[in-house]
Amino acid sequence: MSTGTTKLDVVVSDVVPVNELVTRFHFRRRDGQLLPTFSGGAHVVVEMRDGERTRLNPYSLMGSPLDTREYTISVRRDDAGRGGSLFMHRHVRPGMEMVVSYPVNLFSLDLRARKHLMLAGGIGITPFMAQTAQLAAEGGNFELHYTCRTASLGTYADLLRERYDRRIRLYHDDRDERIELDRLLSSQPLGTHLYVCGPSGMIGWVRDRAAALGWPTETVHFEHFAAPQPGAPFDVTLAVSGRTIRVDEQQSLLEAIEAAGVDPPYLCRGGVCGQCETNVISHDGKFIHNDHWLSEEDHRCGRKIMPCVSRFEGRSLVLER
Amino acid sequence: MGITFRKETFRDDFTFGNSPEHIRRFPFPFHEDSYMYAVNIEPHVVGPKGSVLKNLIDVDEHYVAEMQDRALVLTEDPLRCQSLPHMTLAGWDLLELLMEQQALGYPEHFTLTRDSDRWRWINRPLGIDDSFTFGDVSTLPYGPMEYITRQSQGDFCILDQRDGNLWMDAGMVTTQADWSLDFDIGMNFFEWHAPVPLAHEKGIFVRALKFLTNIQQGKPARRLNWTMTINPRLDTSPENYHKWGPDRTTVTPENVGDKVHLRVELQSFWRLPRSNAIVFPIRCYLIKMDELVTQPKWARRLHRVIRDLPDELANYKGLTRYRPTLVEWLSKLDDGSPTSPGFGSD
Repeated sequence: MSTGTTKLDVVVSDVVPVNELVTRFHFRRRDGQLLPTFSGGAHVVVEMRDGERTRLNPYSLMGSPLDTREYTISVRRDDAGRGGSLFMHRHVRPGMEMVVSYPVNLFSLDLRARKHLMLAGGIGITPFMAQTAQLAAEGGNFELHYTCRTASLGTYADLLRERYDRRIRLYHDDRDERIELDRLLSSQPLGTHLYVCGPSGMIGWVRDRAAALGWPTETVHFEHFAAPQPGAPFDVTLAVSGRTIRVDEQQSLLEAIEAAGVDPPYLCRGGVCGQCETNVISHDGKFIHNDHWLSEEDHRCGRKIMPCVSRFEGRSLVLER
Repeated sequence: MGITFRKETFRDDFTFGNSPEHIRRFPFPFHEDSYMYAVNIEPHVVGPKGSVLKNLIDVDEHYVAEMQDRALVLTEDPLRCQSLPHMTLAGWDLLELLMEQQALGYPEHFTLTRDSDRWRWINRPLGIDDSFTFGDVSTLPYGPMEYITRQSQGDFCILDQRDGNLWMDAGMVTTQADWSLDFDIGMNFFEWHAPVPLAHEKGIFVRALKFLTNIQQGKPARRLNWTMTINPRLDTSPENYHKWGPDRTTVTPENVGDKVHLRVELQSFWRLPRSNAIVFPIRCYLIKMDELVTQPKWARRLHRVIRDLPDELANYKGLTRYRPTLVEWLSKLDDGSPTSPGFGSD
């Protein structure tokens, strides 16, 4: 099968600054048709033509799945990142033609749940924007706990309060407000499903406490926002296609492989879906594994790597690509 | 030019048959002279004119008769159609998919008009003209899945995706090759495939599940499966085994050509957009031996496939009792000359 998903030709219909770090982008189809329907929690991969380089970054769709005239995403500016969010903030303007993927959902609601308990940290709020809209339209039972650094950085907090009132609880770091997690997790009705999206530390904390308090793993859903991290450049040999390539500081290994004209399959580009899993033929050096897909055993034995988020330091690396 | 729908039956007097055009378009499932399981999945894209792949949801000359047979099955046994409570949204997804595809492929027979959530559906072959509110179950005479699958050929299983697995949580199953929705409902992918011989050892189901859970919206996939059925009976369910099981003892050298049917399933897999579930349509095509052997290549190849089939597979497909009679009959049509590669007749 071919790589990735079907593509959509879109035009940027609006760019709206939300606060000092976050900007919202609206896309419509260039042919004026409706966009494909999606489910709450889905993301699209946005293609950015940044000079010589093509960047492919995943962003959660945050509009209502009931309205497919446009897709909306919110991008948090990451000044220390690899440049995708900076490109979106600095160069994307209304009227620009862009390409996005069909929606993919790796963080979907479990529709059996009698109640959906949602925990968001920072920009991790975006998938919940769509999920709450979907559930509210069906009369679904949900409650959202949202932590942010300050009130002014509480992206969409006011909007959510206005829409859903007491179903939304806010916590501000600068006021030392913190989710009383154990109490919250201990007081839920039977049939509740838990969803968490935010920084890795928060996801780890919530999953650990849920496990300790006896939540079945199949009722705990999470989405990591693992953007590829920059790092020292390294060289890689692609054995199947017979090329040697360099991965530079701001590039992911997957992007470097693609730039060489080789197209491994991908969906999430964030180390969770498993599509781009690549066999290591030989190596002399150290892996920097950043994915959530491979097992600890896989990480230890050094026979596999997820090129979307993981890197390498050392003398040589040969991959089966 | 529309389709001329045949008046025919799949029970009692068994008047089902294929027109010459439908014999030529039959999805013959063997690309070589032998058969073994494989993960034979490919993208479900539109195929050539005059094939069952001309449209992604195929409607053919048997449409009206099949829908009448389905209604009879459901009257006798309503549990052939089940949808667990969390699957209603997926039912709406399926309704949208089937209405869109049928209206797109056969505008002379089906028309869908959408004005926001106010929809109108016209199905001329069945004399239906309904207006309803998309998403509001009270505006349809049945739940959304049952409503549209009473108007669509083939069985439909809707698989919920969660915990890295697929769950048989809804379906309309009245034309099945000896399996039961009522038995499988709520089971996961490995549970409902447990009875299949040989394939587990080959790791086929682990790979197939990995593939299926990654099916993307807008990129459906398909595969062919096959078995054989005595008499053109669509409903070969375990629930009705007492009606069709004994048919297998009635095959004689004189009636092979009329009674023995190759039964091919065109299975496709689609991601549903709102529910994130997978729908798995299983479309059944039947052809009697007399019709099939009008294509000499198919006759030679089927002889070789059935003759050389491993016993476990022959047993699982229920061929054991009449296989010698069938092979003997087919052997007379096989002069040993080579067959060309690929599915098509020469």
